[in-house]
Amino acid sequence: MNLDIKLRVSNIEKFFPGVKALDKINFAVKKGTVHVLCGENGAGKSTLMKVINGIYKQDAGQVLIDEKVVDIKNPIEARSHGISMIFQELNYMPEMTIEESLFVGNWPRDKFGQVDWKEIRKRTLQLLEKENLSYSPETKLKDLTVSDIQMLEILKAISYNSDIIIMDEPTSAITQKEVEVLFKKIIELKERGACIIYISHKMDEIFRIADEITVFRDGCVVDSRPIADYDMETVITQMVGRKLESVFQKEDIAIGEQALQVKGLTSAGKFKNVSFEVSQGEIIGFAGLMGAGRTEVMRGLFGLDEYQGGEVTIRGKKVHIKNVRDSIGHKMVMLSEDRRRFGIIPVRSVRENVSLSSLKKFIYKGRLHAEEENQVVEDLCKKMNVKTPSYETSIESLSGGNQQKVILAKWMATNPDILILDEPTRGIDVGAKHEIYKLMTMLAKQGKAVIMVSSELPELIMMCDKIYVMAKGEVTGMLTRDEFTQEKIMAYATATITQ
Amino acid sequence: MNAVNKDKLWTNLKSKYSIYMVLLALFIISWMANENFVSAENLKNISTQISVGTILAFGQTILIICGMLDLSSASVLALAGVLSVSVYKMTGSLTIAFAVAIIVGVLCNILNGLMVTKFKAPPFIATLAMMTMARGAALMYTNGQNIYQIGGYTVFGQGRIFGMPAPIIFMIGLLIITWYILKHTVFGRSVYAIGGNEEAANASGINVDKIKMRAFIINGIFVGIAGVLFMSRINGGMPNGAIGYEFKALTAAVIGGTSFTGGIGTASGTLAGAFIVGFLDNIMVLVGVNSYLQQIVRGAIIALAVIYDIWAKTKKRKPKLASIEAK
Repeated sequence: MNLDIKLRVSNIEKFFPGVKALDKINFAVKKGTVHVLCGENGAGKSTLMKVINGIYKQDAGQVLIDEKVVDIKNPIEARSHGISMIFQELNYMPEMTIEESLFVGNWPRDKFGQVDWKEIRKRTLQLLEKENLSYSPETKLKDLTVSDIQMLEILKAISYNSDIIIMDEPTSAITQKEVEVLFKKIIELKERGACIIYISHKMDEIFRIADEITVFRDGCVVDSRPIADYDMETVITQMVGRKLESVFQKEDIAIGEQALQVKGLTSAGKFKNVSFEVSQGEIIGFAGLMGAGRTEVMRGLFGLDEYQGGEVTIRGKKVHIKNVRDSIGHKMVMLSEDRRRFGIIPVRSVRENVSLSSLKKFIYKGRLHAEEENQVVEDLCKKMNVKTPSYETSIESLSGGNQQKVILAKWMATNPDILILDEPTRGIDVGAKHEIYKLMTMLAKQGKAVIMVSSELPELIMMCDKIYVMAKGEVTGMLTRDEFTQEKIMAYATATITQ
Repeated sequence: MNAVNKDKLWTNLKSKYSIYMVLLALFIISWMANENFVSAENLKNISTQISVGTILAFGQTILIICGMLDLSSASVLALAGVLSVSVYKMTGSLTIAFAVAIIVGVLCNILNGLMVTKFKAPPFIATLAMMTMARGAALMYTNGQNIYQIGGYTVFGQGRIFGMPAPIIFMIGLLIITWYILKHTVFGRSVYAIGGNEEAANASGINVDKIKMRAFIINGIFVGIAGVLFMSRINGGMPNGAIGYEFKALTAAVIGGTSFTGGIGTASGTLAGAFIVGFLDNIMVLVGVNSYLQQIVRGAIIALAVIYDIWAKTKKRKPKLASIEAK
């Protein structure tokens, strides 16, 4: 095996508004090896891969191929340098046929410069035959299963004869049998001398195929070593240990009667047999990696999506929630993880955003009682410490943290008993995070039940009375406050469920 | 800080009332260009002329704020109008004739609403289909012939209330109703929320489909009334009448500051938009502008209104981006 360095990144830095996503990253990948990148969500792995693939431009530092500095401006240039990438999230055009999709951006031309469809057909058939896939090249992608599409993506990336193949969680959408096929391919590629950068959260996979492991945390490389120097525990310990940005002292709050009980909640293809309970004054947490199904559970519970099985009991009464109005009627509300999409009405004022879910309180006897509306909006915004020039300002012109507080104020106006907060501190600055923690404490003190979904373990550990951990759509563990450690949570979150 | 606030207030005022300033400016320019423009008779004429289109525009305004639109309004107007005229000729009852127009308008719009809410058809396509169907139905019912000798039916369009032409009173009445609906009802506030961000509105507990359906029904009532006024004004049931009025209505709404991206618009803005078009048409005739050129000018005004709308929005957003980057 030739162990020369194929790809090296040197002192790469990348900033996004308000955050340093990559901080002086250095590492190297050798020819003919599988290099695994580990790290929590948001540790910077995918960002770095996008820099290497030319999707993002680094703010400082260099990418070197064969020890020569290269400047990659876009994925097509990346391909000409022998780099190809398989993305974590499938982006495909459902109306495209297999043969069309295989050659997007890389169409073979005939001598008149036109797309050579005969050549495309020939090469597609060759590829399908070689891989034992019994599809016609004219099959549309929408008629394939997700795992077939992912497999095609993988084949496509391999078919470029690239020397550097980046795989960002390639197994998240494919079946076990296909994983075996993929691993066989990876071994073939290694033998050919190509190198593979493999991002995964699945420990069993990592230890099967890795030659070297690099661990990321908070946009930095923690460590980079050959597989022989690692065991599973070391990897997990290095992955967690994330710094807490804002220290906050959890207060002791008396826990009251049960507010919500969920038993065996199931939704086909999203989550299975999820059970948990939360009481008045209690804050419970949901931990897990991206795609573990936490948001899906909460959306089902809140009536945004349907669920097929399971029992939901609110204050001792069995309920079936079919839509958001049912949920609000049962005094349960949810702050969505995607504020722009499911939270704010961008063109409207702070006032209108706050009163949106409780309009009937201000509009009665055939008219709007503007004084009462203004009073409630002002009271809530003051309580939530919303910083805005006026309540008539468009919500869009507020910072993320203040927008989040406005949405929280909207829900407070409905006087809820149960609050589901999905990633309440995502994308907001440290000061605003601290205020959100304070508000959560205040709510719990008022006897409200709080469910907090977060990808930041330190804040879960800091705020919660107990933490449920999910993986692959199921609850894999529950920890009480005295058992909290990042390592334990991460072990449950990366657990493989045995069927 | 204070100066910044004052500056902000001024920008707010400017963007909120700019349409009325344009209207005022146009009024003064027209006055200077031709002194006949400000005569009471001429102003009354302009108002009567724009009334039918403006009533359609109020319905469009509600729909556009909600993120939809109605291409079928002029065709449904014709269908409701000819049926209403025909029923009047059969029964001699103005009340029944008026009710028939509203029922037809509402039924057609319930179909529009069903296509949009139950079958998730884009409003553009759903109402395009209705536009073709309703015009066909109007022509089929009348066999393509105009209905004449409508007698007392003309009272709606040609009568006077408090000395004012009746269509102007209808227009003002529906202006107030539209303003009230948008400002003082849960429905109105929901319309703005849905147009601003439909998914967030749904996640806030708004019954999106119900609100959309109601928006179409209200539009249907307006279209029915417009149908009565139109036929009554031109002295007959014209199955081919009001062709192109749906675009007149859309034009008034857009010039009046209703944003096609949804969530923004007012009834009074739309009225101002309608008057801007009305004044322009009138003054161009008075000073003898070539009629083909008139059409070009009308088109250019729409383009300007849309460019201004987009420009004003991006300008609002820019300072925010700058402040983030400064961090």
